[in-house]
Amino acid sequence: MTLRSLIWKELWQRPTPMLTSLLAVTLGVTALVAIQNITVFSERKIAGDMESLGANVLVLPPSITLQDYYAADMHGQTMPEEYVTRLALARMPGVQNLAPKLCVEASVDTIPVTLTGILPRSEFQAKSAWQGIGLITNAVGSDRGCCPTATSLGGDDDPSSLATTRSIQDLGEHELILGADLATQLGAGVGDELNMLGADFQVLSVLPATGTIDDGRVFAHLHTVQRLSESGPVVNVIEIMACCEDAAGSLITDLATELPETRIVTIAQVVETQVAVNGLMSRLSWVFFSILLLVGGASIASVMYANVTERRKEIGTLMALGASRRFVTRMFLGKATLLGVAGGIGGFLVGTVLASVLGPQLLGVSVRPMPGLLAIGIVTATLVAVAASFLPARRAAGLDPCLVFNDT
Amino acid sequence: MYHLNSVTKIYTRRGQTVTALDDTTLEIPDNDFVAVIGPSGSGKTTLLSVLGGMLAPTTGQVLLGGESLYDLPIEDRTALRGTKIGFVFQSFNLIPWLTACENVQIPLVLAGESADRQRTRALEMLDRVGLADRTDHRPAELSQGQQQRVALARTLANDPQVILADEPTGNLDSETREQVMAYLTEFHQDGRTIVMVTHDPATAAYANRTIRLDSGVAKSIGNPKAA
Ligand SMILES: Nc1ncnc2c1ncn2[C@@H]1O[C@H](COP(=O)(O)OP(=O)(O)OP(=O)(O)O)[C@@H](O)[C@H]1O
Ligand SMILES: [Mg+2]
Repeated sequence: MTLRSLIWKELWQRPTPMLTSLLAVTLGVTALVAIQNITVFSERKIAGDMESLGANVLVLPPSITLQDYYAADMHGQTMPEEYVTRLALARMPGVQNLAPKLCVEASVDTIPVTLTGILPRSEFQAKSAWQGIGLITNAVGSDRGCCPTATSLGGDDDPSSLATTRSIQDLGEHELILGADLATQLGAGVGDELNMLGADFQVLSVLPATGTIDDGRVFAHLHTVQRLSESGPVVNVIEIMACCEDAAGSLITDLATELPETRIVTIAQVVETQVAVNGLMSRLSWVFFSILLLVGGASIASVMYANVTERRKEIGTLMALGASRRFVTRMFLGKATLLGVAGGIGGFLVGTVLASVLGPQLLGVSVRPMPGLLAIGIVTATLVAVAASFLPARRAAGLDPCLVFNDT
Repeated sequence: MYHLNSVTKIYTRRGQTVTALDDTTLEIPDNDFVAVIGPSGSGKTTLLSVLGGMLAPTTGQVLLGGESLYDLPIEDRTALRGTKIGFVFQSFNLIPWLTACENVQIPLVLAGESADRQRTRALEMLDRVGLADRTDHRPAELSQGQQQRVALARTLANDPQVILADEPTGNLDSETREQVMAYLTEFHQDGRTIVMVTHDPATAAYANRTIRLDSGVAKSIGNPKAA
């Protein structure tokens, strides 16, 4: 038997109060780990999105506040589709592609889905009025000063190009494109027939997984969606694929002048908002962490005091048998260390599981465990537990061994 | 073994003073077996605490093997309890969450013995007090007499020269009382010095001699065995 096994046996004789006192500390670590985990990975994802996205300017109805770029069209507010034509005709420098969208709620076999109407590029090219102004190539705008993007580089007619470039060459009136998750959920594949809003559609393709809410969507032709939902010629958003430097420069002012009754948002703004929200979350998580650690420290201290009182006679006996004050102190601080490490590991595990469940659901971010947080969790939880047990341990070590003779 | 030189212990609690030991001078030679009797509150437990190095007297000197106990730093006195002095209590004072064997191991844990040696020695001691078949029982699963025998085994574990016993048979019936006294007599015959507090004259009769305490004043009342 060693000091360690002595601590272990004492702890397990009546573990409930000790483990209960650990709850707040564990929760503190859980909150920190979960929130930090999500914010860190959502920041990484935003950075990744910045690079991979073609669309970097959004034209929205004026009353929209924007939180998540991917949900920019899910607000239910509309504006006339005619704006798309106006933009195309304006031939602004830097504009490479226009992608209007209209989202409506629908269901397939009682499973609710978000049906998103999109306009294939062939639609632009088909309009004779637009052909007249030089839109024979798939760029919708002027080629002056344009940097290459996936859209302009790829002559890709692959329907899955929608996942990365936000546009597609062809899409028939009764064709559908399914997001990866939704396809799995519906058990549908290419060529299958699906009924939505009273019309039959054929699945043209299934998009590769993107880790965004696009994975849960179904795409169809804009005009089909407008007709079936009886919404008239309107859209929720117009995504603009613009050259990076132009998007930052005169393009925004040009767009605002051309469409004064809309709200123009750049991806950079969206990202900034999201980064700011993340920063706030991250700071908040430290606040939660500190508060819960304080509460946890107080509850550990009180349970430790009770423990010392409860074990008075046993401590006295150990001292009568030759246990030094140092030994008794080490017994209680050792127990505190054990609890702290357990709280740190427990909090890390729960927090990581929480993050990996909530991350994808709330923010569309998939997360991985962060070992750095494990270290922070264990070290701080242990420090708090040991600090909280310091005075109780001193009280135990200061007990008078003469109490062993008193019969109670 | 022990030499007490004008030892006085005065407790002060909330302005009241109690003289628990009053100018006691006492010689306890090696391999003595002393019974301490006296009415309740006469200072018997106080005397044992002073002998055990747990309670500094107000005045006077306590020599153990020629060494002034209370001139040693507290750590050394604690260590001395671990090596030279064993205790037996009226209420056994076993650790309830440890088995019989683990309870006996405690002095050996404190002495830093290896796990193997701890276990071997503990089993040997339990065998000596006739509890070889109860080594993995918790105190609550043992009878009172068995619990006191585990405590005796624990006392013996690191082979102390002195055994201080406070009413070791106080909680036992007459049959187990005899059994426990037989073991204490054996330990005395091994060469140990025993100081035992008791209320019971029959128990005191096992000792070589008896000291009577009355309001903190010690009086030797001779050797009942010789009488
Ligand atoms: N910690 C203490 N503080 C104050 N007074 C004490 C303390 N311990 C003992 N006393 C007093 O000292 C006196 C002697 O006490 P002690 O415990 O030595 O008596 P005792 O002979 O062992 O009695 P008993 O036979 O009842 O066990 C008593 O009057 C008691 O009230
Ligand atoms: Mg007493």
